Amino acid sequence: MRKIAIYGKGGIGKSTTTQNTVAGLAEMGKKVMVVGCDPKADSTRLLLHGLAQKTVLDTLRDEGEDIDLDDVLKPGFKETSCVESGGPEPGVGCAGRGIITSINLLEQLGAYDEDKKLDYVFYDVLGDVVCGGFAMPIRDGKAEEVYIVVSGEMMAMYAANNICKSISKFGKVGTVRLGGLICNSRKVDNEANMIEEFARQLGTQMIHFVPRDNMVQHAEINRKTVIDHAPDHQQADEYRALAKKINDNTMHVIPKPLEMSALEELLVGFGIMN
Amino acid sequence: MGKTLIEELNMSKFTEEVIKAYPSKVAKKRAKSIVVNDPDSIPQIQSNVRTIPGIITQRGCTYAGCKGVVLGPTRDIINITHGPIGCGFYSWLTRRNQTRADKPEMDNFIPYTFSTDMQDSNIVFGGEEKLKVAIREAIELFDPKGIAIFSTCPVGLIGDDVHRVARQMKEEFPGVNIFGFSCEGYRGVSQSAGHHIANNGLYKNLIGNNDNYVRKNKYAVNVLGEYNIGGDAFVIEDLFERIGVDIVATMSGNSTLEQFETAHTADFSLVMCHRSINYVAEMLETSFGIPWAKANFIGAEATAKTLRKVGQYFGDQELIDRIEVVIADEMIAVKAAIDKARTKTVGKTAMMFVGGSRAHHYQELFTELGMETTVAGYEFGHRDDYEGRRVIPTIKIDADSRNIEEITVYPDATRYNPRKSEEELAQLKEAFDIEFNEYKGMMTDMKKGTLVIDDLSHHEMEKLIELYKPDVFCAGIKEKYVVQKMGIPMKQLHNYDNGGPYAAFAGAINFYKDIEMIACSTIFKQMKAPWEREDFVEAEYVFN
Repeated sequence: MRKIAIYGKGGIGKSTTTQNTVAGLAEMGKKVMVVGCDPKADSTRLLLHGLAQKTVLDTLRDEGEDIDLDDVLKPGFKETSCVESGGPEPGVGCAGRGIITSINLLEQLGAYDEDKKLDYVFYDVLGDVVCGGFAMPIRDGKAEEVYIVVSGEMMAMYAANNICKSISKFGKVGTVRLGGLICNSRKVDNEANMIEEFARQLGTQMIHFVPRDNMVQHAEINRKTVIDHAPDHQQADEYRALAKKINDNTMHVIPKPLEMSALEELLVGFGIMN
Repeated sequence: MGKTLIEELNMSKFTEEVIKAYPSKVAKKRAKSIVVNDPDSIPQIQSNVRTIPGIITQRGCTYAGCKGVVLGPTRDIINITHGPIGCGFYSWLTRRNQTRADKPEMDNFIPYTFSTDMQDSNIVFGGEEKLKVAIREAIELFDPKGIAIFSTCPVGLIGDDVHRVARQMKEEFPGVNIFGFSCEGYRGVSQSAGHHIANNGLYKNLIGNNDNYVRKNKYAVNVLGEYNIGGDAFVIEDLFERIGVDIVATMSGNSTLEQFETAHTADFSLVMCHRSINYVAEMLETSFGIPWAKANFIGAEATAKTLRKVGQYFGDQELIDRIEVVIADEMIAVKAAIDKARTKTVGKTAMMFVGGSRAHHYQELFTELGMETTVAGYEFGHRDDYEGRRVIPTIKIDADSRNIEEITVYPDATRYNPRKSEEELAQLKEAFDIEFNEYKGMMTDMKKGTLVIDDLSHHEMEKLIELYKPDVFCAGIKEKYVVQKMGIPMKQLHNYDNGGPYAAFAGAINFYKDIEMIACSTIFKQMKAPWEREDFVEAEYVFN
């Protein structure tokens, strides 16, 4: 079982990219579980065709400790298993602690056991690694492979670099490695080249460049992944390509985060010069 | 003339000796907290700064200072610890602050501990609702006059707003005074931050709420910073009963909510523990015009001096006479007890590391026993507790202190009434040397060449014992068994072990006896560990 976490700046398209990639892997016949690590609980919406999921933490709160895996695990597109960790309403409590609780509970319930015959588990994590709780998937070997969704926008790259800092920190003592950057295009000038160079400097790869296409939005409105909604569309093939590249990927590294000045130079070099 | 005991010990080399074991940065920092005293030219001591991680410190947390020290001893306020169960459990009846309700049917919550017992899901989803449920339950079960909420570390981390909950609950239960404290354990460098937070809360939520104090006597005082450990407040109350002066409020030994609410009706505040309560003393002076003076009921002479100070303050000959009668009466037994104890105690040495005033107060008792305090220090004192309040303007405010709410108070619009005019205060100072709103600190009362150490570490403690072998070492529970294992008699001065009271005349007699017993016992010297009495010690496993 490969354990993968998807990180990236808020709003960059982590959930969309994750679910579309998972759809691609599922199409390949892989058995995938998706664990949404976002209090908004919208990480599995496209696979489940709507927000039909009762979260782990809500269930824990309502039912107490006596929980069945079936209470929190819902089957989605092509037999994917979907879990939402959930969390408190904004401004209350501790969402980070919620993720820790939730992942521990899934382990106790045996969601990862051999008999589930999972090929992949994907953690879709909220935003940046702002505190210990959100780093949970990459600590203690919960996730061993991280992909960062990024675009050519400065703050997205800045966030990606920060995430690399935590990977390199936890990677030194644990098993977590960076698998690559996924460029979710914002149509920034020279974007692919810049992200490729950024990846090179981090010591990793740009595993795929996902072009911007309105079909993604169409599919989202229909509560579906592109592969589900428009299987013949070229954008569906992009996600299939990404899924295949992840499936074949053997490049797992401890990244070397950039100094702030190096990051700025990169932006100036690629962004403004052209 | 031969050398004095202090000169013989020659402790000036101690700093150099003890910091050798530290890495250079730590050594540099710790050296500033270890000073050789000179009462004529008091040196600066570093204090109230963060303990270096890795050092075994004596200190406690902000929650401990707020809930445990200042609010804890009051019997009819329900103190709810908002947090996981440990904080509430380990602050439950561990401080030996005693209480005695006037009538059996009166509220006394001291035997209980109240906690919201936060669980994982309360951390994740926030604990405010559980706190409200706890408050409702407490009111339903006990119908208290007041409820205080104390924040523990996780409450601060997840951002539960205990003050908002207090306001909401007050609306729901208009007859109950409900208030919260942001006293998360991590807030300050020691429990001292908790004292300050508690003082602010007392002023904002309790003091001045009730003008209807009915006097039994003509004169009335507050006794501040006395926590009734081992029954200290009881003997002080008894003394004031006999001299015919009311104690409006004791903060907070054997106290009630009503005492806090009426404290502003007193004529004079006597401050025992300067560190933990000086903020309230000052606020009572600024808002209501009640002067305060440093008092000390630890030591027979010190008690007599404090009582005389009360007589001089009110300037009433009848009162002064009554005080003299009480002192004379008490001194007979005191004298007999001192004479008996001194045959054994004279010339022995003591070291003390307690509190923010105790290490100062107890030197009086040791002096009465003819013992020398060679080294003393506070756990959580500030420079003013060591060097005197004159240094307050020069204390650098650091980020840790800024983290604590500082409240500014103004004279009360209707109730500000200076009990003494500036001239009267000046006359009292002139005639009787009473210092108002002043504390001269511990160092002025310690001999030249003694050592003063702030926030003592265990390494430093072991070195002190190894080099200077005191006859008695006074600190708290964290030090107790380490010291005893080193063969040195140990007396806890936080909770008095199982002894006390030690305050006033009756307490002094108890102390003489206890110290004579432990400091002059030869049991530790007679006992030898196997490796001390055998050339070769062979050990065997207890299992096969």
